[in-house]
Amino acid sequence: MSGFKDKVVLVTGGSRGIGRACAVAFAKAGASTVVISYAGNEAAAQETVALLQAEGAKAEAIRFDVSDSAACASAVDGIVKGHGRLDVLVNNAGVAVDGLVMRVKDDDWDKQLDTNLKGAFSLIRAVSRPMMKQKGGAIINITSVVGEMGNGGQAAYSASKAGLIGLTKSVARELSSRNIRVNAVSPGFIGTDMTHQINDEMRQKMLEGIPLGRLGNPEEVAGAVVFLAGDAASYITGEVLKVNGGMYM
Amino acid sequence: MSTSTIEAKVKSIIADQLGVGEDEIKPESSFIEDLGADSLDIVELVMAMEEEFEVEIPDEEAENIKTVADATNYINTHKK
Repeated sequence: MSGFKDKVVLVTGGSRGIGRACAVAFAKAGASTVVISYAGNEAAAQETVALLQAEGAKAEAIRFDVSDSAACASAVDGIVKGHGRLDVLVNNAGVAVDGLVMRVKDDDWDKQLDTNLKGAFSLIRAVSRPMMKQKGGAIINITSVVGEMGNGGQAAYSASKAGLIGLTKSVARELSSRNIRVNAVSPGFIGTDMTHQINDEMRQKMLEGIPLGRLGNPEEVAGAVVFLAGDAASYITGEVLKVNGGMYM
Repeated sequence: MSTSTIEAKVKSIIADQLGVGEDEIKPESSFIEDLGADSLDIVELVMAMEEEFEVEIPDEEAENIKTVADATNYINTHKK
């Protein structure tokens, strides 16, 4: 597939889970350069880099905290200087700290909003100029089914994910005239390190609410992300694509 | 770089970015009202001028650049 030939892709939170699957899917789709960011898991990041190189892509892992807006700006600057362009941004980095609303600590609220929502904003702001200059680009924000339907115990997480949907639609409108498309992918219950935190009882209950009767896997989310980033989706912007097995329609 | 060279370059950048004829571009022309630019066009114009003249135009300053003369004056006073 040559759709992503010569394209440079940045996937945040790319060391594990959905982020890794996205990075690998872009490499498989022929992206020439795939850069992942990661917060701290060096071993996992290097493993992803090896997977990307095995697909024939140039790969790079950069460690920075997406909640640090200066770090986001300098990371994007480094990529544009180093690789000459940046075609696709996947805002995937996210954290979940679950708890009943009366017990949510300020720090936990801030951490989730700063990483999941402000991080995406900071990176979008940073890529907007280079993408405007190159007269095109694609941004995909990974939101969540709980941002659409809410979830007890996830006030902060779902608020951050719902916020991403508003961010997606506003920026889609703002940058549409420059051929920069902005979309969101909203995964349901996907088997990753994040969802392994969920206890068995809860898991069983959630499975009962999924028409397809199983957890999704990260590759199934990555497929939607690569689709939205590519030419096949050239007339799609401001969309929230659900990848949730029918859990929320 | 002389003032007239700067003026000529600014005109050519504007013509290029906004798709207007150079003869339509007067010093007093407002980017938005006379030349049909939108807010993103202004951002692009500023980026193009920063690149051409190797100047940094901070966002607060960019907001005050509304006409062709504003742009030429800014570059005249800030060029290296």
